[in-house]
Order: sequence, then structure tokens, then C-alpha cells
Amino acid sequence: MSFLQLQQLKKTFADGTEAVKGVDLSIDEGEFIVLLGPSGCGKTTTLRMVAGLEAPSDGRVIIAGQDVTRLRPAQRDVGFVFQFYALYPHMTVEQNIAFTLESTGAARRECRERVADVSRVMGLGALLRRYPRQLSGGDQQRVALARAVVRRPKVYLMDEPLGTLDADKRLEMREFIRSRQQEMKVTTIYVTHDQEEAMSLADRVVVMHEGMICQAGPPTEVYDDPASLFVARFVGSPGMNFIPGSVVADDGQRFFVPHQSQARMPLGRDVRPGPVTLGVRPEYVYPSSDGPIAGSVVMDEYQGNFRSIHIDTGFAHNLVMRAGDADARAVGESIRLSFNAEHTRFFDGNTGQRL
Amino acid sequence: MKIIRWLVIVVYFSVAVMPLAWLAITSFKLKEDTISPTAKFIPVASKIESPDGSDTSVLFTASTDAYRRLGAVNIGSDYSFFHYLANSLIIGALSALSAVGLGTACAYGFSRFRIAGAKDWLFFILSTRFLPPLAVVVPVFMMYRQFNLQNTHVGLILLYTSFNLSLSVWLMKGFIDDIPRAYEDAALVDGYSRLQAFWRIIVPHAATGMAVTAVFCLISALNEYGFAMALNSSRAVTVPVYFAGLQGNISGVPWPQVAAGALVFVVPVAVFTVLVRKHLLRGVTFGTIKQ
Ligand SMILES: Nc1ncnc2c1ncn2[C@@H]1O[C@H](COP(=O)(O)OP(=O)(O)O)[C@@H](O)[C@H]1O
Ligand SMILES: [Mg+2]
Repeated sequence: MSFLQLQQLKKTFADGTEAVKGVDLSIDEGEFIVLLGPSGCGKTTTLRMVAGLEAPSDGRVIIAGQDVTRLRPAQRDVGFVFQFYALYPHMTVEQNIAFTLESTGAARRECRERVADVSRVMGLGALLRRYPRQLSGGDQQRVALARAVVRRPKVYLMDEPLGTLDADKRLEMREFIRSRQQEMKVTTIYVTHDQEEAMSLADRVVVMHEGMICQAGPPTEVYDDPASLFVARFVGSPGMNFIPGSVVADDGQRFFVPHQSQARMPLGRDVRPGPVTLGVRPEYVYPSSDGPIAGSVVMDEYQGNFRSIHIDTGFAHNLVMRAGDADARAVGESIRLSFNAEHTRFFDGNTGQRL
Repeated sequence: MKIIRWLVIVVYFSVAVMPLAWLAITSFKLKEDTISPTAKFIPVASKIESPDGSDTSVLFTASTDAYRRLGAVNIGSDYSFFHYLANSLIIGALSALSAVGLGTACAYGFSRFRIAGAKDWLFFILSTRFLPPLAVVVPVFMMYRQFNLQNTHVGLILLYTSFNLSLSVWLMKGFIDDIPRAYEDAALVDGYSRLQAFWRIIVPHAATGMAVTAVFCLISALNEYGFAMALNSSRAVTVPVYFAGLQGNISGVPWPQVAAGALVFVVPVAVFTVLVRKHLLRGVTFGTIKQ
């Protein structure tokens, strides 16, 4: 029996926008779930429905075996970190953090002690008497997190809590959130559109697209076995290479033939004939003098510990090859490429679903 | 360009301040100087009488007599000025408070919840101001007689509350719309009820807006004359009605006292208005100007 369940959760707004179109998700106790998807795919709406801030048009939310769909937010015992830090401007940092405790009827002294505890752990001690407008964006975000972790609710809901931070602060806070969550073992749904953040934090990544879940699985699974073209494109940086083409049968053997090309590539496994898109990650593309693909270098992107070499092969898109940081290429250089059949993924040419 | 701007401001200011200044000057005169054919505007400690008895000097004897006599009961009235001032303040303050209270609650509903026909309701609320108030004097008069609300404070408080409610709803809606919903959302997941969130989040944020709205309501209640006169002859007479009633005074209108009383009546409101002027501007534009 899973701890938090979303069953056929739907939300259609009054203006007709179908923000969430039937989300099913079962989350175990203590699990760290990251909802990943592009902006506007319904992540925030889903989270708000779990919190009770938005009434679902259909479906149910079940927390710890209790159907909370009709309960008020206050009755659900969840902690929410908002995308744009919703600190109360008329309260000091200390009052902001204590505010979430006061509602539980905790004694004043206990409140103060717990606020002091949390602010020590989070390094907010010096800021307690300040007002939110006197804090930097990063500090405001830390206070927002402190507000969430000062309680121990059944579920944490975090809506892009690091979106407004600088890159270095972001890494630091990411680490903090992860270690804190593992320590407290509170079931967490964390929303982001940053796939790297999702991969590094999640026990399980849930990829959303246009109000629906396209795939839910551990980061490695989402990365290695994307369920659709959309997931494959969204996860990984630099992204997966796609070669539109078709599978043809010849002499009882099947090959992949890219559009506008004579090249024949072995499939490595059985794929039905017809239009398909072949996907292969840049790290599996390698130069090979007798490789089936010929092209010329159009760009060499230096990325510090590796290089992304962009190669014009005459296919629909340039291919990207990941190369060592010392493996510089001149623009215009011609090159032959290959990849192993076992690293290719095939997607239906029409629906984009994994074959 | 700058000179012209200053010129306009100075001229306008002089014209606007003139009546107030004259009120202040008059309040320090003796009665005979207020009805002299020559306008007198320079105060002196003691005026020298001209030998032929004609009075063409612009000097007048400064005196605080009028202020000292505010507490006295004039011939033809039942009470002193302060009694009527108290009436005005009680009625003004209570009607302003209830208009702001009701208006804030109503505006919160319109601002935060989906209400069928919200636009039409809001227009209906505003439209009550399109009617000239005096058009309803007779029906209100009849109703008040029926319910024994004539000559009562409650009667005027009810009346002014309903007059000011539309303004209050509209002003407060502008102010509440400006408060991000995220604050309430946060309070709701923090374990507070809607009502608690309203008190602990909305009210502190809307406090200046409520003060501004209260000033508007207070001013309009203090100024009101028509209904106050039509519905009252004794107990709940307000300052404007009292002053107007002095017209028929057998010993002539005690102008210095009227001026002194009017000043006492107006100055606190004027000072407060200046203090909150920044927010007033935002109020009258219905929150369309963001700082
Ligand atoms: N209150 C609302 N009324 C109407 N449409 C909304 C509302 N909130 C969000 N939407 C729409 O629903 C879709 C999903 O929004 P959201 O859940 O905020 O996406 P995300 O958080 O993934 O960026 C978007 O198209 C957005 O414009
Ligand atoms: Mg969002």
C-alpha cells in the first residue's frame, strides 16, 4: 500500500484550460519524487491539488490511506515551498518560521526552540530579526525552506524552490534539500523543469507533458530507456540525437535507413518495418573510419570536462558526438561516425512512442 | 516650464486655502469685526478706534474669545458646540468603521472567490452611487418614521454606512486584489483556516487601504447635511445641521464661534488626509497605479 496516491487526477480551469488530464501516481513513504516537465505542463497545478489549494475537477488524492480530496489544506498536513518564495512581508524571519508552528498549537517556548534549531542548521541565525525585504533572494529561499522543514508534515511539496537562485547557490541548496530529506524521511514531491536537478535529486523521476505523465522511473531508467521521443528529448544534456528514417526488410533481414540516405544500419533487435525515429545519445557516437555515417564538423562546443561536437550528416538534424576535452576538432573537418546497435532506441515515426 | 508649473500650483493652492485661511482669521475676531462692511484681515493686539466712529481700517482685535465660548450654549440651542461635535464624531466614526468592515469582507469575497455574475454585482453596487441621495429623502423619511429611527444616532449610522458601502467595496477590492494570493495559500497549507488567514494575512496587508477608505467614509459622513437635517430635530443633530440652525439665532449668527467650531471640525481630518495622501491617490484610482 503506497503512502501517497494520485488517482486519475484531472483539472480543467474555468476558462477551459485542461491543465492536468488524468494523473495516476503511487508514491512510497519517504520517497523523493521529482515531477519534471517543461513550463506549462501542469506541474504546479498537480502540486496544488495535492496540497488542497486547487480543487480537482476529477480524481482522488489519498495520503496515508485517507482520501483527502475534499479536505481543506490545513487538514492535510503538508508542507509547501512555493515557486516564488511566499514569505509574509509583515513578519520577521523568526515570525515567518514560527507562523507555521503556531497553527499546530505548539507552546510558545517550544516554537522558539524549534525555530532556533532550524535556523542554526540552515545558517539563518543572524537574520532572524530581519524582514523578508531586507534579505537577498537566496536567503529568502532558505527561509522559505526553513518554514517547510521546521514542521514534520506527512508530505513535502516543493514547487521549483531553487528556480530563482544563482547556479552556485543552487547546487548548495540541492545538496541541503537532499540530505535533509533523507534524514527526515518525509515523502516529497519536488517540481522542476531542470532535468539535471531532477536526475540528481530523485528516487524516481516523473516526466510530465501536456497534463499527462509520460514516464515514471528511477533517473537511470528515464535516461536509458525513455518511453517516448518527448522524454528522450527532454532528459539529458546535450540531448539525444534523433535520426528520422524507416525500417526496411531486405533478404529476411531488417535495417534502419535514414531519410534521404542510402546508409544501412543494423537494428540490433527486432523492430517492425515502417517509419521510425532512431535515437542515440551523444556519448555513444564515436568516430570510426569505416562507420556508416559521413559528415563534417560544424561546431565544437567546449564544455570544460568534455566537448560536444556538432556534425552535419545530411540528416534532418545535426548529430552531436560527445568527445574528450582534449579531442578538439576543426570546423569543416570531415569525419565518419558509428555507434553500437545496442545503444540505439527506436521510436514510432508517427506517435513518438518507444518501439 | 518649471516656472509655469510652480505658478499654477501657487495660484491653485492660494485659491484652495483661501476659505480655510478666512475661517481661521474669522475665528480670532470679535463679532462686530466679522460683520463690519470693511474686510478685516490683519490681527492686532488692540485696535485703535477712529475718532469719527467710521470703521474703514483692515485691522481687527485678535481674540480667543470664540474658542473659549465654544463650550457655551447659544440662545435657541439646547447644547453647546461640543455636544454636536460628539454627535458628528460618533456617527461619523461608527458609520466609517462599519462601512470599512463590511466593505472589506465583501471585497475579499469578490477578490478571491468565483462568484456568479461578479461583474454585474460589482456594477450594481457601484450604481447605487449614481442616484442623487436627495432623491430618496422622502422614502427614507417615511421608513425611518415607521421604525422610529428619526432623531437617533443609529439611524444616521445606518444611513451613512449604506451610502458609503459601495465606495468602500470598490476601494477595498482594489487594495485586496493587489495582495498576492500566495500569502494566503501559504497560510492555508501552514494549517490556518480561511478566516484565520483573512485576519492574520489580509487584514495586516490591507490596513493602509482600510485607513484610506475610512478617511473617505468619515469625510463624507461628517459633511452630510441633507439627511441629517431631514431626519433630526433634537438628539442626533450633527455639526453641519447645528451651524445651519444658528442662522435664525435671535442675537445674530455668532460668526467667530461658527468659524472656530468649523476649524476644530475640519483640521484633524485635513491633517490626517495629508498624512495618508500617498495612499489616497492609490485609493481614488482604484488601485490602478502601482507604486
Ligand atoms: N488559475 C488558472 N486558470 C487558468 N489556467 C491556468 C491557471 N493556472 C494555470 N493555468 C494553465 O494551466 C497550465 C498548466 O499550468 P501550471 O500547472 O502552472 O504549469 P507548470 O507549473 O508545469 O509550468 C498552463 O497552460 C497554465 O496557463
Ligand atoms: Mg509551475
